[in-house]
Amino acid sequence: MSTPADLKYTKEHEWLKDNGDGTATIGITDFAQGELGDIVFVELEEAGFEFSQDDTFGTVEAVKTVSELFAPVDGEIIEINEALEDNPELVNDDPFGDGWMIKIKLSDPTQLEELLSAEEYEDITS
Amino acid sequence: MLKTTPFHSVHEKAGAKLVEFAGYEMPVQYKGIKVEHAAVREAVGVFDVSHMGEFFISGPGALDLIQKVTVNDASKLVPGKAQYSCMCYEDGGIVDDLIVYKLFDEDQYILVVNASNIEKDLEWIKSNNTFDAEVHDNSPDTALLAVQGPKSVETLQKLTDLDLSDIAFYSFKMGDLAGLGQVVFSATGYTGEKGFEIYFDKNTVDPEAVWNAIFEAGEEFGIEPCGLGARDTLRLEMGYALYGNDITSETHPLEARLGWITKLDKGDFIGKEVLLKKKEEGINRQLVGFVMEDERSIPRHGYEIIDNEGNVIGEVTSGTMSITLGKGLGMGYVEKASTTDGTQIHIAIRKKAAGALVQKPPFIKT
Repeated sequence: MSTPADLKYTKEHEWLKDNGDGTATIGITDFAQGELGDIVFVELEEAGFEFSQDDTFGTVEAVKTVSELFAPVDGEIIEINEALEDNPELVNDDPFGDGWMIKIKLSDPTQLEELLSAEEYEDITS
Repeated sequence: MLKTTPFHSVHEKAGAKLVEFAGYEMPVQYKGIKVEHAAVREAVGVFDVSHMGEFFISGPGALDLIQKVTVNDASKLVPGKAQYSCMCYEDGGIVDDLIVYKLFDEDQYILVVNASNIEKDLEWIKSNNTFDAEVHDNSPDTALLAVQGPKSVETLQKLTDLDLSDIAFYSFKMGDLAGLGQVVFSATGYTGEKGFEIYFDKNTVDPEAVWNAIFEAGEEFGIEPCGLGARDTLRLEMGYALYGNDITSETHPLEARLGWITKLDKGDFIGKEVLLKKKEEGINRQLVGFVMEDERSIPRHGYEIIDNEGNVIGEVTSGTMSITLGKGLGMGYVEKASTTDGTQIHIAIRKKAAGALVQKPPFIKT
């Protein structure tokens, strides 16, 4: 299991990548996809959807179980990963890469400081 | 402290993801549910189900005891035959579902029960043993592998001199496996495919050697180790009930589509009186199968079932994404009016009501 050091994490097993231009990319961790098992579809809110921290921005349905996606920070969706529509297994195969879920505009970049580091996240999953 | 089966180290070596199930640490998956499910439907897969319970019942009172605690007619069994059955409480609620095996020696039977119910069942059987039968829990010593799929017979045939094609469904024979010792080849399973469940004493036959022999024999067919995840999707495609979900102490066999095993015309058994009365009064709800209309809707345990008028008429007891059909399907209890095939129902999935049609299982042809 990998936990890239340049990403931020949440206790809900999401990762967030600060793109450095007021936007961020969000997905679920390798640990999360492993727990879910084979993912059969990902249902995401649309671009333009505004949310606060801990709001639900989508749902992941795996064969065995269903899991909601919780926003790590406040923001607005500017893009969703359309590839997941036809290929939800990208989340299993490449959770930190091609399996990304949404790009957002950050409302409050200082919230990033509250998120977990890779090391802190590894502590809660080990 | 979680219990483990004799195959625990094999699972770890095979890269299984292990979870707690019924007090045991069990593999939920190895490569993934989809791969494992497909292996069983198309070739052959192997499940460790050693966590299940095996009770040895013997003595002149053995049959009387089994007849009293189970609903099917065990007097119909001949040596080498097995029978699906269940045990009921006095009020008709289900204690457990099980398989009764009649062994080759006189007055000897084995009952195979669900892992989560071993202690409860043993206590129940013993407390109803007014026949002086011997009741012994063999579970800790019994290893059990389910080898299932269209290539299961070919795989196992390489390992034994018995003619496996000769063993009819719900029959069994004893024989040597790969020179490792005597095992029971039982033509039973929980997948809807051809297959065998292989029982043996873990102290006299080496479990890891059995596992390795089976995988070597099945290699040319693409044999896969399979976990509890695939076991659940496979049994749901067949509409087989799972104790704790589809059948519980709150449900009785007549409403659980288990009327076919409930022999109300045999002698007295626990629950008979209440079940006869219920049958006379009419069953007002029934366990039905259903298939989702929209392929992106997956029903899950506990979701509400709603009729066309918006009334809640029941609850999903089991649901999944069918890997064979690529659609969501499930089972649940609904009021009598909605039990006919083709009835439009709706499943409350988060904020929406997703359409589904009642359909009698099995959902796939095997």
